[in-house]
Amino acid sequence: MGSTSSTLSKIPNADELIQETGFTSAHLARLFERFEALDKDKKGYLSPQDFEAIKELALNPICDRIIGAFFSSGQEMLDFSSFVRILAHFRPIDNNRTKEPNSPDPINSRINKLKFAFQLYDQDKDGKISRNELLQVLRAMLEKQVTEEQLESIADRTIQEADLDRDDAISFEEFRKSLEKVNIDHKMSIRFLR
Amino acid sequence: MEGSYWDLVLLVMEVWLFVVLGLIVLPAMFGVSLGFTDLYIKVLVKILEVNNTLIQTSRIIERNDDSMEEQIVELRRSHPKFHSVGDFTLCDAFYFCKKGIESIVDDEVTQRFTSEELVSWNLLTRTNINFHYISVRVTIIWGLGLFIRYCILLPLRVTLAAIGLSWLVIGTTLVGLLPNSNVKNWLSDVIHMTCYRICARGLSARIRYHSKENRPKKGGICVANHTSPIDIVILANDGCYAMVGQIHGGLMGVIQRSMVRSCPHVWFERSEMKDRHAVAKRLKDHIADKSKQPILIFPEGTCINNTSVMMFKKGSFEIGGTIYPVAIKYDPQFGDAFWNSGKYNMVSYLLRMMTSWAIVCNVWYLPPMSIQDGEDAVHFANRVKSAIALQGGLMDLSWDGGLKREKVKQSFKEEQQKMYSSMIVGQD
Repeated sequence: MGSTSSTLSKIPNADELIQETGFTSAHLARLFERFEALDKDKKGYLSPQDFEAIKELALNPICDRIIGAFFSSGQEMLDFSSFVRILAHFRPIDNNRTKEPNSPDPINSRINKLKFAFQLYDQDKDGKISRNELLQVLRAMLEKQVTEEQLESIADRTIQEADLDRDDAISFEEFRKSLEKVNIDHKMSIRFLR
Repeated sequence: MEGSYWDLVLLVMEVWLFVVLGLIVLPAMFGVSLGFTDLYIKVLVKILEVNNTLIQTSRIIERNDDSMEEQIVELRRSHPKFHSVGDFTLCDAFYFCKKGIESIVDDEVTQRFTSEELVSWNLLTRTNINFHYISVRVTIIWGLGLFIRYCILLPLRVTLAAIGLSWLVIGTTLVGLLPNSNVKNWLSDVIHMTCYRICARGLSARIRYHSKENRPKKGGICVANHTSPIDIVILANDGCYAMVGQIHGGLMGVIQRSMVRSCPHVWFERSEMKDRHAVAKRLKDHIADKSKQPILIFPEGTCINNTSVMMFKKGSFEIGGTIYPVAIKYDPQFGDAFWNSGKYNMVSYLLRMMTSWAIVCNVWYLPPMSIQDGEDAVHFANRVKSAIALQGGLMDLSWDGGLKREKVKQSFKEEQQKMYSSMIVGQD
């Protein structure tokens, strides 16, 4: 495995990352190559502009939020470990991993995937998706294609369906409950080849 | 003793030049093939087959190519209050989120600008991306290949290129001194053609031309997909074209200036290129004169990696005249002809070309096309592009080749929003 190990040697704390994220060494090496390819100025870290330079991502209506998920603590520099930790959310769930009672959930567990999706909506991180936050996401996904009234009625209907304690906002529990039957593993996972 | 040493060196050089001139340059100039290149390529293919090994493909992740609608309906299927369309659900965001993450890990446009990955190991590098140690035997063969390419082929090719280019410069300057006449034009064509033929030998190029009856005629515009500066040599081996481009300094400039002495090419100063009308006018004037050679234009504006055709800029299609589309497809087995201008400069690119085994390519001349009534330039450009992509077996992409340098236009994002909203609120 000549190349993988040579790439791996460039990654600090590679073993730790493999343990934490569950990526194989081959996947980690390829992600590192991708990281380097995205880092066009060879700074050693990624900035929001590097993400914006990805053409397909710029097409995405919620691209700002996705980029925001990587730079969540307001910092402008993303190192490789953080990059990989976030991408680890999208690994398919390992069903045969034995769960020790006191060990933390793996990054790609169902709950963590849901939490990742939740934070795309909950921009102010208060643990609830307010009506306003919901409207913002709808606006991002629909922009000029629908009227403000239509947006409002969609937001109202969505909250009505999911909001169980009638506080006019969707908490994480309500979010989770509402998506109970959705196959999160399939929809929020990316299959890595080889 | 020293005297005889130098004599020996001189003798070797004489023999060398004699061989080169006699066996390569002269036949090339007369368009005669002694069959060396064909034989050479047959041998190469045999060796490659013997040493075939699969290397990993370049895709990192498996992508779901279903349409947005299919994927969102799938998503909602498991939702308790299942509405087929016309409603928003919280899990819709998952679709966009997943697509976004997929493009962060592996996106289509960036793929296009790296070389086409090969499935078979091709002796040029140990593998295309990484070194995988395979076996002693294979490594020895690789080392031998390296020696042959750098110590035998490279000097030969550099000699040929030097001969070809000096011939061009001297020849065109001399012809330029003659008064305008049919003889001058004929001589100019001969000089250009022979130079390009020598250069083609200098790259060990084997080119197959298809449908020669559709070859571009005078007063027309020849349009082709662009992979590398070598495209010019490839096309000019089978016809004389008027080149279009910016005038450079240095060696390139010398060549350009002498070429234009013997027959009209369209060279622009850098400042002139900004003025689109002036550019269009000069091109129009050129094609209006039926005695001038057809113009050669590459509408993509930049080099693409020969697996797809990117957006054709409409400028060339607004000039009028008949368009002669040409599709060029390189066989990647023998040498990667794509010029990644971000990664290699011209000199290192040429070095790479001259140390590859061979350049094998196919050129298809497509039937001429002209703009139809009521058709706008963009539509016409797309029509021509599709025809070229179809013939060359390349993917027809609507991405702009300039995208590798610029940002995405806002209108593309709106497309995505339109698609999604039609699912939520139905068509208007």
